[in-house]
Amino acid sequence: MQYVDEFRDPDKAASLIAAINELIQKLAISRDKPLHIMEVCGGHTHAIFRYGISNMLPPEIEFVHGPGCPVCVLPMGRVDDCVAIAETPGVIFTTFGDAMRVPGSKKSLLQAKADGADIRMVYSPLDALALARDNPDREVVFFGLGFETTAPSTAFTVLQAEAEGLTNFSLFCNHITIIPTMRAILQSPELRIDGFLGPGHVSMVIGTKVYEFIAAHYKKPLVVAGFEPLDVLQSVWLVLKQIAEGRAEIENQYGRIVPPDGNKAALAAITRVFETRDFFEWRGLGSIEHSGVRMREAYVRFDAERKFAIPSLQVEDPKACECGEVLKGLIKPWQCKVFGTTCTPQTPLGALMVSSEGACAAYYQYGDLEGLRDRRAADAA
Amino acid sequence: MTKQEPLSTLRPQRKIRDGIHVAKVSLAHGGGGKAMRDLIDDVFVQAFDNPALAPLEDQARFALSDLARHGDRLAFTSDSFVVDPLEFPGGDIGKLAICGTVNDLAVGGAKPLYLSCSVIIEEGVDVAFLRKIAASMAKTAAAAGVAIVTGDTKVVTKGACDKLFINTAGIGIIRSGMDLGAHRAEPGDAVLVNGLLGDHGAAILAARGDLRLTTAIESDCAPLNGLIDALIEACPQVKFMRDATRGGLATVLNEIAEASGIGIEIEERKTPLREEVKGFCEILGLDPLYLANEGKIVAVVPGHLAEVARAAMAAHPLGRDSAIIGHVLQGPAGRVVMQTHFGGKRIVDMLVGEQLPRIC
Repeated sequence: MQYVDEFRDPDKAASLIAAINELIQKLAISRDKPLHIMEVCGGHTHAIFRYGISNMLPPEIEFVHGPGCPVCVLPMGRVDDCVAIAETPGVIFTTFGDAMRVPGSKKSLLQAKADGADIRMVYSPLDALALARDNPDREVVFFGLGFETTAPSTAFTVLQAEAEGLTNFSLFCNHITIIPTMRAILQSPELRIDGFLGPGHVSMVIGTKVYEFIAAHYKKPLVVAGFEPLDVLQSVWLVLKQIAEGRAEIENQYGRIVPPDGNKAALAAITRVFETRDFFEWRGLGSIEHSGVRMREAYVRFDAERKFAIPSLQVEDPKACECGEVLKGLIKPWQCKVFGTTCTPQTPLGALMVSSEGACAAYYQYGDLEGLRDRRAADAA
Repeated sequence: MTKQEPLSTLRPQRKIRDGIHVAKVSLAHGGGGKAMRDLIDDVFVQAFDNPALAPLEDQARFALSDLARHGDRLAFTSDSFVVDPLEFPGGDIGKLAICGTVNDLAVGGAKPLYLSCSVIIEEGVDVAFLRKIAASMAKTAAAAGVAIVTGDTKVVTKGACDKLFINTAGIGIIRSGMDLGAHRAEPGDAVLVNGLLGDHGAAILAARGDLRLTTAIESDCAPLNGLIDALIEACPQVKFMRDATRGGLATVLNEIAEASGIGIEIEERKTPLREEVKGFCEILGLDPLYLANEGKIVAVVPGHLAEVARAAMAAHPLGRDSAIIGHVLQGPAGRVVMQTHFGGKRIVDMLVGEQLPRIC
């Protein structure tokens, strides 16, 4: 594949690994106290596992899998709300595919569909709009979720619905924002992170300048990274280089996609349709100030939260679940008591086991399970 | 690819009744009366025309002596086909229904001989469409050298099925001395495939139309008994074959690793994939190792015969891109690993449910 294979070149990978090893030697980092690099975005987690990047890197570098998988951080109560809307007579509920399996307190959307709710998988919010046009006697609800990557397309869809005068389309808005979330992680007193791989596609929308406080205030290097394996390796090398040179800066490895100021049209659409919520509930992380958006008053007629009587109950995560600790990088997925035992991709307890971008699912699917169990046993002993 | 000889117990061929004169199938065609007989005669019997089917008894009858000429054990399999859409680039539900059952017999080392064909039709389906599907089944059966010898037709009310479901069962005879099994893989064995993977899965996903992706990818749907004959002839020591249908290559490899208690390592670099399928998966966030195939087998052969087996398959039109993709290791038992082209290693696990496209 042209323009893709170039970013998966094994020879270039080998030279980057050599450069990384050189820096590790220079920094005299020991295996007992490895460097922790958080990849904020689930897309990076996926790439790291899919290409086997973790085990190409020296053991002195450990990835901490951040909160950037929107499906994973979706609280159970919100899934319950989705099910309640979907089970309302006359509703066609539309969602991205990987939200289908996220467990609610009683059932997932996949189970609700099996029970008879009209739930359809779409690939774009515009597909939901087309459904609304084709089914004027039905209410079509789109389940909007994701960071700033997906929020613009949802916003444009609402604007399009307004332009067409559609009255049977609404949005169940669960969009979240990255900056307050990173701030919350950085403020965590137990923070054990030495540098960040910044989210590539979110930054395509919001730009790179918004991260400045991370370098200025928290003195942590951040490199906005692409999603191909060479992107990831080069970004790791750039983070190490900053540490080795005693710098903490915001760098952009993904310059072919990410402009420093972001995408103005996309940002304008977000601002026009959405406003910040005071608080938004995150699975595993709890409530984070200003971390979510809702629809502005002007678009209330497209707001499913106001159109439907939804329960909006806060549902506690299962007690045994340690998703929050994993998300904050305090423990590795395999150090969670229920990992691979009662929590598996077949029967996920925690959200990190649900999406293929979730750290636990990625460890389970691509990781060395037996090795991890041995390590857990050794830790316990 | 010879057609089966007429069987000694058959009665003289019954005269075909009136044709069917309406455009759409209705519940009357499932009522057991004249309308149903007309539908069966006109659409299916005409298309499948063969001496064993013609008497329209409740069962097809075979002389054991005829069967025994091909081997010493009977293989019997059944498969149901509910594909959506019913027609797709490279095939249709009829072709699929024949290939699926023929291949399930052939991978067991059996020579496929006879198939049944049971259809469940939703009322309102066009008769002309049924004729087309029946013709496709007949053509595929002829190509595979099998006869459709018995069947059943049901018509259900609208909504009770999705237009057309087909079940085919098949009988084949296993060659004397063949003993294939997923449990027989041993360290040192080689793992082969007969060509480009994932075409069927990608073609079906694209044909559903809701992805708004236009691709030139066609289903690889094909009867593989000819290719398998060639493989067995060149390499009778073959230990195991399976067609990599739902769940794709990854699932079959995991089944072998588990049943044999061994590990398998494959190389991404050697695993044949069409550029279009790679691109298709890239856009949707799918893994081609899990995409369905309908014309691909995974074969395990002793390591020293790997090249012999590959060459035999590559000489067949359905095996041009055959490749030795990996080998069997002592352990870890039940583990399938892929050496990525990029230089890393990853575990290739069983899929939990369906592959769902990723959000971003």
